Amino acid sequence: MTFFEVKHLVKHFGGLAAVNDVSFRVRQNEIFGLIGPNGSGKTTLFNLISNFHRPDSGTVHFNGQDITGMKPHRICKAGIGRTFQVVKPLGRMTVLDNVVAAAFSKTSSKKKAVDLAMDMLALCGLTHRKDVLASRLSIGERKRLEITRAMATQPKLLLLDETAAGLNPSELEEAILLIKKIREKGISIIIVEHIMRVIMTISDRIHAINFGQTIAEGTPQEVADDPDVIEAYLGEDYARG
Amino acid sequence: MSMKKNFPIILLVVLIIFPLVFRNPYHHHLMILVLVWAIIGSDWNLLAGFTGQVSFGEAVFFGTGAYTAGLLSLHLGVSAWWGMIFGGIAAMVIALPFGWICFRLRGAYFALATLALNEIMRHVATNWETLTGGMRGIQIMQTFVSKLPYYYIALTLAAVAVLCIQLIMKSRLGYYFLSIREDQDAAESLGIDTHFYKMVSLNIAAFLSGTAGALYMNYMGVIDPETVFSLHDISIMAILVGIVGGVGTVYGPVVGAFVMVGVHELFRTGFFGFFDWVARATEYDVLVLVADYVTHAHVLGFGVLVVLVILFLPNGIVGDKENIVRWLFPFRKKGGAD
Repeated sequence: MTFFEVKHLVKHFGGLAAVNDVSFRVRQNEIFGLIGPNGSGKTTLFNLISNFHRPDSGTVHFNGQDITGMKPHRICKAGIGRTFQVVKPLGRMTVLDNVVAAAFSKTSSKKKAVDLAMDMLALCGLTHRKDVLASRLSIGERKRLEITRAMATQPKLLLLDETAAGLNPSELEEAILLIKKIREKGISIIIVEHIMRVIMTISDRIHAINFGQTIAEGTPQEVADDPDVIEAYLGEDYARG
Repeated sequence: MSMKKNFPIILLVVLIIFPLVFRNPYHHHLMILVLVWAIIGSDWNLLAGFTGQVSFGEAVFFGTGAYTAGLLSLHLGVSAWWGMIFGGIAAMVIALPFGWICFRLRGAYFALATLALNEIMRHVATNWETLTGGMRGIQIMQTFVSKLPYYYIALTLAAVAVLCIQLIMKSRLGYYFLSIREDQDAAESLGIDTHFYKMVSLNIAAFLSGTAGALYMNYMGVIDPETVFSLHDISIMAILVGIVGGVGTVYGPVVGAFVMVGVHELFRTGFFGFFDWVARATEYDVLVLVADYVTHAHVLGFGVLVVLVILFLPNGIVGDKENIVRWLFPFRKKGGAD
């Protein structure tokens, strides 16, 4: 049984094919990188997986279950957590309450939810900020809150959408450490990232797309050496050289 | 901290003793209005303040409850007190299909839908004359001559409503409502069925409002479409009660109800006959005219009040109580308060 698989996903916005026939598989406990230049369809692909957009055609399978077209909250209950590229903190709630709200997805006992939330805050290093309103957090902390919240829904697969964008170098190191820690808990991760240093160091395999289509898939080294990828990022001249 | 904890209990005890100390039926009447408004305001606040679904249609559920009680008595000869249950249920019967369809709308579009429903209900009550009696409304025999029984029933209902909302807001449901208010997409991604929980919020508010409407029917003995389905006297007033008291606070609408009924009465009576008294004392006829204008200008008074609240207490009286404390005791050291 495949752990997670998308098959022939297609999504058009008007005349634009944002995602055009993309397929890939993710294995259990793998960090799977998704790269591509700006506007290549990475975030759309994420929204198709978590069904914030409905795909025009193609399927998404998770844990032997067809989750194509399931409502986002059902997908979360099925075991896929996600973060948003444009962070969505629950601004007028405290950091702890943000995470507790997420923790309620697998339990209705408040005590259990708070305990789980505290564990996740500790894991992600936000414990010292737990009583602050989420709207007061810095951008780095907000990105970490996104991960904390997604983790509190106890996912088997975590979708990280550009969680490292906009972070300073020391925050970047912490983010890489955190993602590695999450994987050690046995959670698979699909990560979209622009910052090559992050994605090349942590990914087991990378899938590269451009104009909504697959251009390469393989280990970080294979993908980095692929002429199509170099062309997509740096232009034709570098690819031929 | 202890003040915060004990405030509800102190308030409740004061309210229980109140009619035994002040025996003027006029004061009892005002307090019954305050309590009814506390219920309506709390319901609006549950939906708009906590769940973020701003409604201009609080009168829909209040009016439905009132009419259910009245119609039960008028057509079936059943005691209008049954409306206290069936009025709430009838309000939910309206709320279910409405929410099912209209919670697909977000923000201002949902608010407009509630506004439309408010007008639909008012027109139905006005034009379906064979059932509702149209503009003449419904008149029933009141059960009690004294106002005391009504007062204590209203107090019980208000206390139950506020307590329910307080308990809800501490539970999983409360966390879900707040999450939906803050960001619906984020809430969905956290496994919250936003459509379902918005329905839950709406139906709790509808049931409690319907009950309050039935109580109003029993107390006043007479209703018509223009009073119980009124956009400005019920739906907008509910919003004002929430805003003045504090949107998204459990006790805001209770405080708001006191203030709004107080301000309304202040204008209606011309500042408790102050202008009349001055006119008589100084023998200036023009002041009598002013007094007359003032008594008809309570809506203008609400407008001024709301402007002041939004300017100086954007989170309402309860939401910005620290500001009020600071203005009242300007020389108190920072951090010394509470």
